[in-house]
Amino acid sequence: MTNVLELRGITKRFPGVLANDKISITLRESKILALLGENGAGKSTLMNILYGLYKPDEGKIIVRGKEVDFHGPNDAIAQGIGMVHQHFMLVPVMTVTENVMLGIEPTKNGVFLDKEKVAQRIREISNEYGLEVDPNAYIKDLPVGIQQRVEIIKVLYRHADILILDEPTAVLTPQEVEGLFKIIDTLIKAGKSIIFITHKLKEVLAVADDITVLRLGTVVGSIDPKEATSEILATMMVGRDVNLVVQKLTAKPGEPVIVIENLFVRDERGHMTVQGVSFDVRKGEVLGVAGVQGNGQTELVYALTGLLPLDTGTIHLLGEPIHHTTPRNILERGVAHIPEDRQRHGLILSFPIHDNMMLCTYYKEPFAKGISLQPKLIFSNAEELVKQYDVRTPNIYVNAGTLSGGNQQKVIVAREFSRPIELLIASQPTRGLDVGSIEYIHSQIIKKRDEGTGVLLVSSELDEILALSDRIAVMYKGQIMAILDANTATKEQLGLLMAGVHPSDTPNKN
Amino acid sequence: MSTTAAPAQDTGKKENKRNALWQELLIPILAVITGLIVGAIVIVASGENPFVAYGALFAGSFGTPADLIQGIQIYFATGDSKELLSAIYPFTESLVTATPYIFAGLSVALGFRCGLFNIGAEGQFFIGALCSAFVGYSLKGLPMIVHLPLAILGGALGGAIWGAIPGYLKARFGAHEVVNTIMMNWIAFKLSDWLLNGPMKASGFRPVTPNVELSAELPRFFPDPLRFNLGFFLALLAAYLLYWFLFKTTLGFEIRSVGANPDAAKYAGMNIVRNFVLVMFLAGGLAGLAGTAQVLGVDHWVGQGFSAGYGFDAIALALLGRSHPAGVVLSALLFGFLRSGATDMQSMARIPIDIISIIQGMVIVFIAAPDIIRWLYRIRAVKKEETVLTRGWGK
Amino acid sequence: MKKTNLEISSATEKRQRISYGLVLLVVGLFIYLVFGLNTQAGSMATFGMNLSGSQALPIPDLVIPALPAIYAMVLISVFSGAYQLARGVRSTGWLVGIIAVTFVMSFLMWSAQDKSFNLTGMLSSSLVRATPIALAALCGVISERSAVINIGIEGIMLMAAQVAVITATVTNSLYVGLFGAIITGGLIAALHAYLVIRFKVDQTVSSVAINIFGAGTTAFISSRFMQSSGDALNNSGTFPIISIPLLAKIPVLGPVLFENNLIIYLAIILVFVMHIVLYYTPWGLRTRAVGEHPKAADTLGINVYLTRYVNVIIGGMIAGLGGAYFTVGSVGRFDEAMTAGKGFIGLAAMIFGNWNPIGAYTSSLIFGFADSLQVKLQILRIPIPSEFLLMAPYIVTMIILTGVVGRAIPPAADGQPYEK
Repeated sequence: MTNVLELRGITKRFPGVLANDKISITLRESKILALLGENGAGKSTLMNILYGLYKPDEGKIIVRGKEVDFHGPNDAIAQGIGMVHQHFMLVPVMTVTENVMLGIEPTKNGVFLDKEKVAQRIREISNEYGLEVDPNAYIKDLPVGIQQRVEIIKVLYRHADILILDEPTAVLTPQEVEGLFKIIDTLIKAGKSIIFITHKLKEVLAVADDITVLRLGTVVGSIDPKEATSEILATMMVGRDVNLVVQKLTAKPGEPVIVIENLFVRDERGHMTVQGVSFDVRKGEVLGVAGVQGNGQTELVYALTGLLPLDTGTIHLLGEPIHHTTPRNILERGVAHIPEDRQRHGLILSFPIHDNMMLCTYYKEPFAKGISLQPKLIFSNAEELVKQYDVRTPNIYVNAGTLSGGNQQKVIVAREFSRPIELLIASQPTRGLDVGSIEYIHSQIIKKRDEGTGVLLVSSELDEILALSDRIAVMYKGQIMAILDANTATKEQLGLLMAGVHPSDTPNKN
Repeated sequence: MSTTAAPAQDTGKKENKRNALWQELLIPILAVITGLIVGAIVIVASGENPFVAYGALFAGSFGTPADLIQGIQIYFATGDSKELLSAIYPFTESLVTATPYIFAGLSVALGFRCGLFNIGAEGQFFIGALCSAFVGYSLKGLPMIVHLPLAILGGALGGAIWGAIPGYLKARFGAHEVVNTIMMNWIAFKLSDWLLNGPMKASGFRPVTPNVELSAELPRFFPDPLRFNLGFFLALLAAYLLYWFLFKTTLGFEIRSVGANPDAAKYAGMNIVRNFVLVMFLAGGLAGLAGTAQVLGVDHWVGQGFSAGYGFDAIALALLGRSHPAGVVLSALLFGFLRSGATDMQSMARIPIDIISIIQGMVIVFIAAPDIIRWLYRIRAVKKEETVLTRGWGK
Repeated sequence: MKKTNLEISSATEKRQRISYGLVLLVVGLFIYLVFGLNTQAGSMATFGMNLSGSQALPIPDLVIPALPAIYAMVLISVFSGAYQLARGVRSTGWLVGIIAVTFVMSFLMWSAQDKSFNLTGMLSSSLVRATPIALAALCGVISERSAVINIGIEGIMLMAAQVAVITATVTNSLYVGLFGAIITGGLIAALHAYLVIRFKVDQTVSSVAINIFGAGTTAFISSRFMQSSGDALNNSGTFPIISIPLLAKIPVLGPVLFENNLIIYLAIILVFVMHIVLYYTPWGLRTRAVGEHPKAADTLGINVYLTRYVNVIIGGMIAGLGGAYFTVGSVGRFDEAMTAGKGFIGLAAMIFGNWNPIGAYTSSLIFGFADSLQVKLQILRIPIPSEFLLMAPYIVTMIILTGVVGRAIPPAADGQPYEK
């Protein structure tokens, strides 16, 4: 068995960070190597080096026995390496054909683009590997699962036989994940070799031939999938015993905190992305909204927090209508929001921590008397919260941008929890965080729920939904497909609903 | 999203901070010096002696020490103050020239704090001037204690409305304020052309307004020909008030938040629309006050070509002063002195005053790209967040 | 509970339909009250169709009874309004077009009643006056398609205009002047690109610096050197009008399209060339990708920085051509601030034209029309002060920027510096 690819002693430094520390990995021909590590372990940096986007400070890359030196992606492509990125590198306003041919366009008469030729080749690849796609479709009109196919076609078009798949299942339903595994199978049978990057333990166990675990920029170890279990892998990933189950008391749901009826919301481009959603969230329960991203969850949350106007429908918070009121009003009525995009919506990175700590309440006592700010009280408030929530920072005067992702999220949580809240809306609250921070955020959410707050949890990580929720609503194309009891819901059920299969069509529904 | 694998090392935090502060001051100073050097090169290229030119510049801005000493001597000897007054004339003139710059610089700086690029200071200046002149000459028989504040208010309000219009268009429709404020400038010019040749024209041939009443003139501290007036102190007051407003009040906090991250500000419940309009209203008012100070304090009438580049100079000022009221005041003083001296440079060394615009353009570039200064003078960069001043074409 | 998109009768759609319908009715009413009631019955508006000195075959003047024409416009407007209220039309473009056309036609009828008004002359001067705006717009298009904002077009055009006239006068060759202008434009744009790409200077700030610098430098040189030696430095002559044989003989279209000078022809040719390059060649595809999703282009081995440099410099050269129009293409000498905001109006045309060359050119034509209309109306001495007419292009620009006339979407990465 030949090694088609080897990385030896790869080291990469960024200002203040040692991203990769003497990493060595081996990819065997026609095999799948799973590269496992939590967020921040250095996987993406390593792959960017392999793909020629970064140059390593030390170390060698050896392709089929020959040492190579990459000056850019073109060199990597020339060696047959192709990368399918986690965040798709597709231009939304262009067609599939245009995206595939970008950079190596064939021409008629040396001047004009020859799109037909490329479209023909795309159809050939589609047939060969089972990647059905319409070459003339615009990317923005394609569902995410199909977009991923285009990414794969892009690398196959360039004759790649070493494929790097970076967190490919992040945006797929369980059924689509099955479909992807089938495609991977076809690719392996056709002689391709694959590096599969992920932080999802179950997937690793499902597909890998070899497993290498990264942690904090170094290789922790390699392990044979036959001998590995989720627990062993998790411990390798994090470096200590990991509790994969969240402790929680049984729910004691009370009155509804928020009641949503027949909500229709348009997104910023005018498309109706929420189409007739109705549900409620009760005190002391966690309602998880499951679904692949892009099915209206984001717009739903925006409507609930007053950031997007709704077309029709009503929202009542503790009996009072809030569907035509301002975001500030909603905040004041006791709604807290942990946003999906913490750096964009949750914090002002160029402001000091103490300002971020009072971002929602700066205009009220005690932080302000009239319009005059009270700096002493602002500082003391921040000091206290930083201590209480264990935010790792030298002091409260540094800018929020200097904090790590986990600590930034802690600042947001601290701020939101420091005022009386009736409803907590948490959108993708642990995205991009390390395991320690994930554990912490989860425990905070459960704490609030046990205190009697209603929690609306929106997440595309099914494991998170299943771990935290008391009831689960599944969103697909702007509608709630069903609301299930979390104790009895299965992943298969949820997967089908997430893919749009109507509950009455689902077999063995209990 | 953090992609760190190992935690960042805390390398000499205190030293970092001191370095950063030092650079905050050093780079603007070096930018100005470099700009002046470039100006000297241009002077040489046009065939004049830069030392003579800059000498005339200095004399025009500050006056000469010799004249001053002589003036003091004569005053103490004979009680005749004429020599002394003419010795301090250049200095006071520089302060007079700086006054509208302070106001206009504050206007643009306020806009920057909210992420808005107010290039309309020019037009707001002019409208403010016209409005204050109108109140000044059309109301007769009022005591100064009533008339003067009214005229000032009129000027401020005129500029404020002129600024609020593009502010509203930006807030409501996302229309980019750069092009809109420039359009408002051109509209203001054409409007004033009409007004000065028509309804607001004084009798006579020239397209100018009538003189404002004495009761609407800003009081001067010295006899003619010195023009140093209350306007300068009003400008300093405005700078202090703006400082207090921006950094010590809740409204100011909102404005700065919207400027730093409008998405987060919206999330936190702040009203973006209201803030954009408020800021442009206030900024327009400040620019209008610049025109008002010029009319009521200096010229006492308005003519065509009145605003002559104050608005664009103000942009350089705001950038140079890092959008902080204190910085703006210092930069405005600098530019006031430069401009004031430049008229002497033009008459004595035959260098057109447009050279100041050339220097300004360079200074803006140097401030906006501090790496150039760092490279020129071999200064090591301190890791800091460079703020993005504006965003694309809307929203 | 499962409703499809089509079945939902949205509140916002209804609101839009009603508001447009009402606007059309109001416009109709306005036309009737303002233009209809102020027009003499029986007066005739004469539209001259021939341009003196042109090679075109002469045709008789168009004589239209003014009042009936105005009433016709009222009817069209009111009918469209009623239709809109009842049924609704999908495309707001049509509606805006109807409003514009009926309003302008009525305005023309009213102004030209019992007078003569050279229509062909006005169309011809519309095209001519649109040219600098169009060139500015094209500069903007190609620059922003690769995601670099350039608001400094005004400054570039000023400096290019001055270089053109000085070099043309000194070398006694208009072509050298033209060449000098284009090179100047390219150089200044290169500076802008360097500041913006290498130093990540805020693109608006850099543009404003260019404008200030350009205004200052041209004024400096103008007052220091050109006013004293007018003949030696500021007297270049202009490019002659070239009539295209045969095509120039067509009435109306001939003088308008086929009897122009070099720069105007170049502008028209540029529109088509840019359109083809942008949408049908590899370079255009890569440029657009760099403008929409630079990271994607980077991962496919495209040099984002180089692409941006080249596009911005080419844009600068086009702006240089635009600057040349003002001097060697129009009056043959340089006056301070002679660009009069055309660089900015060009940006508005670019936005209105949705960042593509043909759209930008069409929008420029509209602006050119407004510009020449305002001149013609001054000649007709209609009772509106000329200064207000001069304001019109700027007001129109502001209205367009509000986006009520259709939403224009810029390239996705517009204005953002690229970080590897």
